Amino acid sequence: MQRIGVFICWCGSNIAATVDVKKVAETIKAEPGVVYSENYQYMCSENGQQLIKNAIKEHNLTAIVVGACSPRMHEATFRKAAEAAGLNPYMVEIANIREHCSWIHKDMDEATEKAVVLVRTAIAKVKLNAPLMSGESPVVKRALVIGGGIAGIQAALDIADAGFEVDIVEKNATIGGRMAQLDKTFPTLDCSACILTPKMVDCAQHEKIDILSYSEVEEVKGFVGNFNVKIRRKARYVDETKCTGCKICMEKCPSKKGLNDFNMGLNTRPAIYIPFAQAIPNVAVIDPEQCIKMKTGKCGICQKFCGVGAIDYTQKDEFIDRQYGAIVVATGFKPIALDNFNEYGYADNKDVITSLELERLMNAAGPSDGVLVRPSDGKHPKVITFIQCVGSRDTSGCGKPYCSKICCMYTAKHAMLIREKYPDTEVHVFYIDVRTPGKNYDEFYRRAAEQYGVDYIKGMVGKVYNVNGKLMVQGSNLIDNEQITIESDLVVLATAIEPEPSVRKIATLLTASIDTNNFLTESHAKLRPVESPTAGVYLAGVCQGPKDIPETVSQASACAAKVIGLLVKDKLKTNACVATPDEMMCNGCSQCANVCAYGAITYVEKEFRLGGGKTEVRRVVSVNPAVCQGCGACTVTCPSGAMDLKGFSSKQIMSEVEAICKM
Amino acid sequence: MQDVTTGNKEFKPNIVAFCCNWCSYAGADLAGSSRLTYPANVKIIRVPCSCRVNPMFVLKAFQQGADGVILCGCHPGDCHYVTGNYYTRRRMALLFSFLNYMGIEKERTRVEWVSAAEGAKFSAVMNDFVKTVTELGENKRLTDLRVKEGK
Repeated sequence: MQRIGVFICWCGSNIAATVDVKKVAETIKAEPGVVYSENYQYMCSENGQQLIKNAIKEHNLTAIVVGACSPRMHEATFRKAAEAAGLNPYMVEIANIREHCSWIHKDMDEATEKAVVLVRTAIAKVKLNAPLMSGESPVVKRALVIGGGIAGIQAALDIADAGFEVDIVEKNATIGGRMAQLDKTFPTLDCSACILTPKMVDCAQHEKIDILSYSEVEEVKGFVGNFNVKIRRKARYVDETKCTGCKICMEKCPSKKGLNDFNMGLNTRPAIYIPFAQAIPNVAVIDPEQCIKMKTGKCGICQKFCGVGAIDYTQKDEFIDRQYGAIVVATGFKPIALDNFNEYGYADNKDVITSLELERLMNAAGPSDGVLVRPSDGKHPKVITFIQCVGSRDTSGCGKPYCSKICCMYTAKHAMLIREKYPDTEVHVFYIDVRTPGKNYDEFYRRAAEQYGVDYIKGMVGKVYNVNGKLMVQGSNLIDNEQITIESDLVVLATAIEPEPSVRKIATLLTASIDTNNFLTESHAKLRPVESPTAGVYLAGVCQGPKDIPETVSQASACAAKVIGLLVKDKLKTNACVATPDEMMCNGCSQCANVCAYGAITYVEKEFRLGGGKTEVRRVVSVNPAVCQGCGACTVTCPSGAMDLKGFSSKQIMSEVEAICKM
Repeated sequence: MQDVTTGNKEFKPNIVAFCCNWCSYAGADLAGSSRLTYPANVKIIRVPCSCRVNPMFVLKAFQQGADGVILCGCHPGDCHYVTGNYYTRRRMALLFSFLNYMGIEKERTRVEWVSAAEGAKFSAVMNDFVKTVTELGENKRLTDLRVKEGK
């Protein structure tokens, strides 16, 4: 018989305001098996934990129940406290009387009654708990970074500097990501390429970093410390080891009509190309859809001119398998498609552009060599209107419900740069709210509005339409309470950002959770912001939520710290709550092995005694505890009931059900 | 979100909710931290994955006097354990049709997908489920009468 101690937390007034904690502790005293019951203001505090430790020792407790916040919050804390007092950490159960009780109910009697039931349920379970031991598994001292934007670059550099091998898998032909496309960066207005490209070079030259560009993750198996990853190295039709990046092929290529993705489709590029001058690796790639040789078999000009013989039209996708201890996801973002926003006339007017397109137009290495011109006629725009929140903070279903966070700042940046370079240009900004929290951010915005004379108009735009080549922007001015129409030469849409669509596939491969907006979910919004709920997977940059460059870099470095903390360990403790078979009941039918997603189940021939000196050899199940993740699929599948799950046994769950029903 | 109130004020159904640790339990936590109310007669049992729920547990709950049983897991395709919720979906479809055959209204059972980010959905689902079960009234079909007497 267990000697159970029950500890009810007030959580200040979080629980105590709606649950009569003293009454709960008092009522529970009468439960069979409970030898000690106490309540305290903050059970998770140093004093609270000490109270638990003392009680375990004084009353020889064999199991404890803590009625407190969610086990997702403090289960680990209380397990550690129990362990310190000499109890097996798995002899602890949490009754969630905060998130699942006090916070959602208003009536004190009702909430108190429910809290008692929840604590009773936990007691019913803990009575059947058994001490569990974690196993150990080795750690592969190598990290994978998926995505070679600024987040991936920073994470890779930090991990590599600590002495661990890192592979960057980037789906594009070069690393650099979105930051490489930007002109200047807020709030200091330093040139994006000047601060990014040295870091790209550092990556390329770092002996611990291997850049796998033009590659994608195809398959992920294994678990924290031991991921087996299959990587597709897409055929670039150019031998990466031979190409010197001389660009002669780009000059000679006769098929020059491909849209230049790097310049947001504002100009064209040849079928064989290097995305931009500072690309890393500085190696060409052939677009097979556009290449005349690949489509018709006739041409081969680039091969003829290539001095080092790097062109290989017969190249095929290759697959490589690598092992990693940890994975950083840094897949970044893209601006949303504007199909749902016909009112802004983006599809019909060349001079309605997105902010990222403006970024390319203003960039010295962009399609217009940094001279701001209208895409339609190449003339200087004299009146430019910016429209904020295009698709952001949109609950109508056309756009995204969240704030994209970076648009207020980059629009202030654009407005300021334009006014600085072309003082004769009029700049208007339609906004819903201007949101500029952050170091030196609000000062930056105020400079745009006050010193640079940018005209900020509070109100939304209803329509943009073309009258004889002039763009008429019709919107409301809420401050003056009037409808206005601004005759503009160029309209810039601060388009909402969303995670790269490929993140869904990667999340599925990694079994990492994703939210309704396709952002990867962090393990805890406040306390574990860079860890995915999947152990060994970390999140950096916009794949986790909208953020600007400084935040992305901080998060990437935080990821690196977490990865280094993992990789310095030689062994990891494995999940103790694993499947456990009863060999005597197993008939070797293989159904459990069929449902196991991890390949943790195998079969062995074993000799069993039959009595009377006879033995028989039977095929029975065997679970590898280092590989089992403890989902329990096999336990329900087993037709003979031979499989059970430690920590969540059938008997435990049955008695929980019973405790809830017998209220 | 409003709590459910029905004409029959006497009857408060007892509801067992199985929630997977990774999505739905976290969704329930989010409902809590967002203070989105649902009736107190919903009690949650944490399981690692919705596929840990043996049909026996559901039957046990009805036998012990539960008026409704709901399973919540990650959205199809988002299971933390890759494929667990697909098994749940199949198993429970089969079980629920059996229960229906035995005279337990299928509305007393439900499988819902609630992600960790869907606190509002969790609360809405629970409010709706309690309302449905309250309208159905007490579950008598499978209940072991000895259990009810002992109350």
